[in-house]
Amino acid sequence: MKCRVCREPAVIDVPRHNANFCGQHFLDMCRRQVMKAIDDFDMLSKDDKILIAVSGGKDSLAVWDMLGDLGYQADGLYIGLGIGEYSDVSGEYAQRFADERGLTLITVSLREEYGYDVPTATVATRRVPCSACGMSKRHLFDKAAIDGGYSVLVTGHNLDDEAAVLYGNTLRWELEYLARQLPTLPARNGFPKKVKPLVRLSERETAAWCVIRGIDYLVEECPIAAGNRHLGFKDALNTIETASPGTKTAFYLNFVEKVAPLFAAYALPDDVELRPCTECGSPTTGQVCAFCNLATKARAHEPVPVELITGRGARRR
Amino acid sequence: MKVLLRNPRRELDIPGPRRVHALLADLELNRESHLVIRNGTLVPSDELLADADTVEIRPVISGGAL
Ligand code: SF4
Ligand SMILES: [Zn+2]
Ligand SMILES: [Zn+2]
Repeated sequence: MKCRVCREPAVIDVPRHNANFCGQHFLDMCRRQVMKAIDDFDMLSKDDKILIAVSGGKDSLAVWDMLGDLGYQADGLYIGLGIGEYSDVSGEYAQRFADERGLTLITVSLREEYGYDVPTATVATRRVPCSACGMSKRHLFDKAAIDGGYSVLVTGHNLDDEAAVLYGNTLRWELEYLARQLPTLPARNGFPKKVKPLVRLSERETAAWCVIRGIDYLVEECPIAAGNRHLGFKDALNTIETASPGTKTAFYLNFVEKVAPLFAAYALPDDVELRPCTECGSPTTGQVCAFCNLATKARAHEPVPVELITGRGARRR
Repeated sequence: MKVLLRNPRRELDIPGPRRVHALLADLELNRESHLVIRNGTLVPSDELLADADTVEIRPVISGGAL
């Protein structure tokens, strides 16, 4: 196989573009896709003060690397979720990436600063693990962005992530969620602007970016993720994609362009009355925000080791 | 050839030569969700892997509500 651009030997084939690329021209293709997303969806300007949600995995390190490469200055935020060894190791990958490049990584530890961790919150709230985890992360990322005076919060969601969520929401016709599933969410009501610059790149492409750029990321998965619903949706979509390359791209990007506007009326109105949470000051509809409720319950529970969660009927891939 | 798989980590011995796409098909792995890396370098799907090669098949799918 030869590179579509320079005819040198290719290192990767990208069926959805019906093209093969050498390392250099693959990186160029990725840059173009990210610039197009930033442009089309009005994500970032060079004056923005940017905070990136960093996990130590391929997507968050790839987006941090790419934004730097494209001339954006950004700090990272890592949250120690207390998911056993996985969390320790992922934190080391994030820190090493930042240190090697002289970047600023802010670190928050759930256990040290909020008195609980994800396994304990899962048991204390009887939710599925990713729900307690996701709620904690969203709250702390929002809070760090607002408190730190950042103008925009960047996450590493890629095309596969967004297509899988869209697939799940469509199968159930979750109109409220569909209305909100956009690559850029403007700042409002005390919440920061949020953007996903990788929505035009597949997971295979963000991983290939890391391999070609020599980025050492944590390949091992969160031990809790196994068996979650999104992985099943990703598998299903990849089966379709293999038979019909480009389907995931069309499914997601056509949704954003043609369908999401039709659902806009189902989004929660902008003018719902929010007031500061009496405990943490974050905007909420009630007295105490959902995060503080969760944290209070989890703190009252004795610490739960991660094995107790992963032992429960998890499906291994 | 030596084939390193991840999640969970394991090693297989598979006779070469073999093309990358054939190796993935033999192992029932989807090309959309894996990269194949030989000596630290990515290889495309039609690459011929030699019996003496050591390759890593790296899954690229992450889970989790984000
Ligand atoms: S897979 Fe679930 S539990 Fe693990 S880090 Fe992601 S959201 Fe949290
Ligand atoms: Zn080239
Ligand atoms: Zn609160």
